[in-house]
Amino acid sequence: MIGTPFEMNRILIIRMLVVVILVLLFWLGTRNLKLVPGRLQVVGELVTGFVRNSIAIETLGEKDGRRFMPLLFTIFFLTLGLNLTGTIPGLQIASTGLIGMPIIMAVVAYVVFIYAGLRRHGFRYFKNQLILPGVPIALVPFLALLEFLSTFILRPITLTLRLTMNMVAGHMLLTLCFLATQFFFVTVLFNQGNLIGLLGIGSFAFALAFTVLEIFVAALQAYVFAILTAIYIQLSLADEH
Amino acid sequence: MNVVGSLAPLAFGLAVIGSGIGVGIIVGKTIESVARQPELQGRLQGLMFLGIALTEALCFIAIAVAFIPFPAP
Repeated sequence: MIGTPFEMNRILIIRMLVVVILVLLFWLGTRNLKLVPGRLQVVGELVTGFVRNSIAIETLGEKDGRRFMPLLFTIFFLTLGLNLTGTIPGLQIASTGLIGMPIIMAVVAYVVFIYAGLRRHGFRYFKNQLILPGVPIALVPFLALLEFLSTFILRPITLTLRLTMNMVAGHMLLTLCFLATQFFFVTVLFNQGNLIGLLGIGSFAFALAFTVLEIFVAALQAYVFAILTAIYIQLSLADEH
Repeated sequence: MNVVGSLAPLAFGLAVIGSGIGVGIIVGKTIESVARQPELQGRLQGLMFLGIALTEALCFIAIAVAFIPFPAP
């Protein structure tokens, strides 16, 4: 099985595990929908309400917000779930820390916002995006090139790299702190009996602090990815000034 | 005198100067606005985090460039 596109390694197992857990949580949360909700349903309603109100309806308005709500919901929870595995002690790798998954999500967001714009405006969409009104005619080619670069090329690249490198940098920081702790406690204190090994307590405190920071960054990056997708869709759908 | 090493950490360190100043400006302006109108704190906090994530995106792209193995001439 090694060598084919279907090979299994630890990261693939972690990703599938997270997807199964997410699907299970939401399925159990919406199974017997009651008017006065039970506990799991309350949590489900809370987070769904957050995504719908703060991300979808806030940027896109009522009608379009509901239309794009499944995509934004999927992106937010997938990113959140995959990011958080970087802090769980058993599975220490954030699945969005490898560039494959963020590339897929960024490509999905890219296709959706271009499709939404083309659907609403037809082929005038490109003219709307590239040539801004009120610009003197001599500057138009230069500005069109700049806008093309910024909109159609840089947006998916920055979406991917922002997510990936946030997770990679956090992972390396955590690895550094935990390795320092292991070095201080095991090699210095136990093997050599040197009392400088007590610095391991300091590095362990740092490791705990960075774990909390990592959880916060995971949630923040999920939120930022979802809301940037919503903003790009809204910019595509907007009519000319 | 021969100094041997890699320039990547130096380049990354220079790149985050701008990001650091930018994040400082964003957070400072948010605190100022909350001081003027405390009831907008919830909304402004959301915008602040969005602004911070966008500003720091460039320093993360800089660290990604530091990992590309450029061939020596």
